[in-house]
Amino acid sequence: MMDEIMEMFSYPFIVRAVVVGVMVSLCASLLGVNLVLKRYANIGDGLSHVGFGALSIALSLNALPAMTKYFRIEPLPFTIVMVVLLAFLILRISENSKINSDSAIALVSTASFTIGVMFISMTTGMNTDVCNTLFGTILAMSKRDVYLSVVLSAVVLFLYIFFYHKIFAITFDENFARATGIRVNIYNMLLALLTAFTIVLGMRIMGSLLISSIVVIPALSSMRLFKTYKLVIVSSAVLSVVCFLVGITISYMNKTPTGASVVAVNLTVFFLVSATAYFKRSILR
Amino acid sequence: MALVCCENLTIGYEGVPVVGNLGFQIEPGDCLYIVGENGSGKSTLVKTILGLMKAIGGTITFDESVNRFGIGYLPQINNNQKNFPASVLEVVLSGCLNKKGLTPTFNKADKELVATNLEKLNILDLRNKCFAELSGGQKRRVLLARALCSMEKLLILDEPLAGLDPKAQMEFYKTLEDLNEKERMTIVVVSHDLQNALKYGKHVLHLAGDVTFWGGVAEYKNNALGAYFSGGVRYDG
Repeated sequence: MMDEIMEMFSYPFIVRAVVVGVMVSLCASLLGVNLVLKRYANIGDGLSHVGFGALSIALSLNALPAMTKYFRIEPLPFTIVMVVLLAFLILRISENSKINSDSAIALVSTASFTIGVMFISMTTGMNTDVCNTLFGTILAMSKRDVYLSVVLSAVVLFLYIFFYHKIFAITFDENFARATGIRVNIYNMLLALLTAFTIVLGMRIMGSLLISSIVVIPALSSMRLFKTYKLVIVSSAVLSVVCFLVGITISYMNKTPTGASVVAVNLTVFFLVSATAYFKRSILR
Repeated sequence: MALVCCENLTIGYEGVPVVGNLGFQIEPGDCLYIVGENGSGKSTLVKTILGLMKAIGGTITFDESVNRFGIGYLPQINNNQKNFPASVLEVVLSGCLNKKGLTPTFNKADKELVATNLEKLNILDLRNKCFAELSGGQKRRVLLARALCSMEKLLILDEPLAGLDPKAQMEFYKTLEDLNEKERMTIVVVSHDLQNALKYGKHVLHLAGDVTFWGGVAEYKNNALGAYFSGGVRYDG
């Protein structure tokens, strides 16, 4: 077992995936608590579809013969910009019009997904790149991607910790925060921005179909375990990182897809925690 | 000078007026009860004063001492908070945030302010409890403590008594009376309970479509609208 783990870390691509994965799991689990409590859990899923659309556009345009000669779109930066823009669009639609936030998310995410699929079918067709975008791959991170991911997740973590109390206030009671002069719209935008970064960075390893699970599940498990905000946040972060490390090890040893393995571990923890909480309640009663 | 002065105020949702031509003032040390039926615009008025909604017409002027940071607000119970994991201390501390600017942490003075306000409302022993697991009356007290942390002068409460049992209601009225009498706080309460509004309030603002009344409690009792609602016909919203 130990030997296998040592062997696993001798592959640079795995080390890269672990570094990025741990950072992204941290960000996702922290933001996840707020998104779940704000009833915004779907935004992760929505933005990952937008990410799929943007990534598909970049990959399929790069595959065009005319493109490869003169010009290449960097997939990761391009996707980040697109997802951030559409995250703001979702926020604007749900704030300013009669479309609810869940409908706005469905609208924007299916639209992006459609555009992505159209681009793919007109250029490369369904190839392994597309599959990897959907289900994630441990091979996704190039050296440059790792630098970008580490810097961006560090920024996300820093901003989250710096605005910790404000983010609590707008999550707990937006109206009170606004009435007492806190600039709620700015902090909501910040939350959307941080979520967009996290989703795109995690998408390559976890897959765009599965990334939102690491936003939602650690938060849900932690809310079963703890009753104060700070403990829920800390527990969510710890659970998420541990589940990622266990998941990626299982994935390496059994040759299962990374994203699905991490989600499976997260789900196992969630069921264990829920069962414990349930039995504890029945005994106390 | 009045803390808040509303002139020719027209309020409503999305450009559709609910109440027009409102004129009233909130004096320092006042205890104003805003009463009226469901949909008469009580909460809309409160939200407009707090800057959560835009007025359709007219003006609201604030005394210098009531800049926007001087208003404490106790909102209606919010369903989002039903399963929210947060301790009483965390909730009440968030009331201190509006004075912090970009400072990321709370200091000793904030924590002392929180302790003082919890003590004042007799809920210091609840400070480490989970907010979501408290009773309705305790939750209101916690949110009142949070509001007290955020303001210096003016406290606005939106239906603080909804869903409380009679005993908890009486205790809450007493607390508000104490804050008004002993701490010289200016208090505005939105309420359905006209009988107690007349008992504990100093002024009444009654919203009823085109007819509005604003004035002292004694005056209200002599007024036709007041007599109609508080007299022969029992008023329970």
